[in-house]
Amino acid sequence: MPQDTKDTSLETLQEIRSIMERSARFLSLSGWSGIWAGCVALVGAVIAHYWLLQFHIQRSYHLDEARIKFIFLGIVVFIAALMGGFFFTAQKVRKQGYKLWNSASRQLLLQILVPLVTGGIFVLGFISNANDMYIAPACLVFYGLALINGSKYTLTDIRYLGYMEVALGCINLFFAKYGLYFWTIGFGILHILYGAIMWNKYDRHTAKQ
Amino acid sequence: MMDNPIEQLNKVFDSRIRIGIMSALIVNESLNFNDLKALIDVTDGNLATHLKTLEENNFLKVQKGFIGRKTNTTYTITKAGEKAFRAHLDALEKIIKKLG
Repeated sequence: MPQDTKDTSLETLQEIRSIMERSARFLSLSGWSGIWAGCVALVGAVIAHYWLLQFHIQRSYHLDEARIKFIFLGIVVFIAALMGGFFFTAQKVRKQGYKLWNSASRQLLLQILVPLVTGGIFVLGFISNANDMYIAPACLVFYGLALINGSKYTLTDIRYLGYMEVALGCINLFFAKYGLYFWTIGFGILHILYGAIMWNKYDRHTAKQ
Repeated sequence: MMDNPIEQLNKVFDSRIRIGIMSALIVNESLNFNDLKALIDVTDGNLATHLKTLEENNFLKVQKGFIGRKTNTTYTITKAGEKAFRAHLDALEKIIKKLG
């Protein structure tokens, strides 16, 4: 059997593998997306912490006004994290020469959105019932479930981040006063840690080329 | 000679594009034309021709549907297609092992 038959066979098998993987999973998530989201969350948490201290010093503050400020901060942090995360991943996809919008990324988005939107509605419910202490645990638990659900269509590593977010949210339920700290660990520190691990595992190699 | 793996290679899969189509469909329930195009990096006309060949060999099923007013054609692998493609993969593997 000639050597070039083997070479083409090997090449064909490699291409088959690549297409199978790329078509079933969206593998271009960038580690930088996680690091960015974590940094934004940390900045948001520091601002929230500073505000809380201020309110304690002033003592007499309008509860409604303060709540609106915090909700607004939360929305800004969420949007900034999402946009930056999207940017870094889109950049990675472009570098690899793939398409951002394909069957795998569509599935990933759908699987993430179901728990995430449900969580969003829960949080809105807590806000409208003035039940603020369950907001942080609900954010963590539903976000974790969204990651676990989405991990079938992207890097499986994301599943473990999801488990940790869910566990953190569940613990937070019993220490509801410390919501901001749990929130900071879950959305800030874990994201940065995971982003760095992902970057080291998948991106460093391509960044060098 | 039965155990010559080169003879077990399926002539239908003698094209990079057809191999690509089958690889994508074997791990997805169904894909539409644009999904396949994005994955395989091929022109519309070329992809359509190869899909037709695979359909004529009964390796894939075609469903014509609509999203709004636009046509949305989706492709699904058949049992026969899956069997033939797996056999082809096995043959490729044997070729590599024999020379390894």
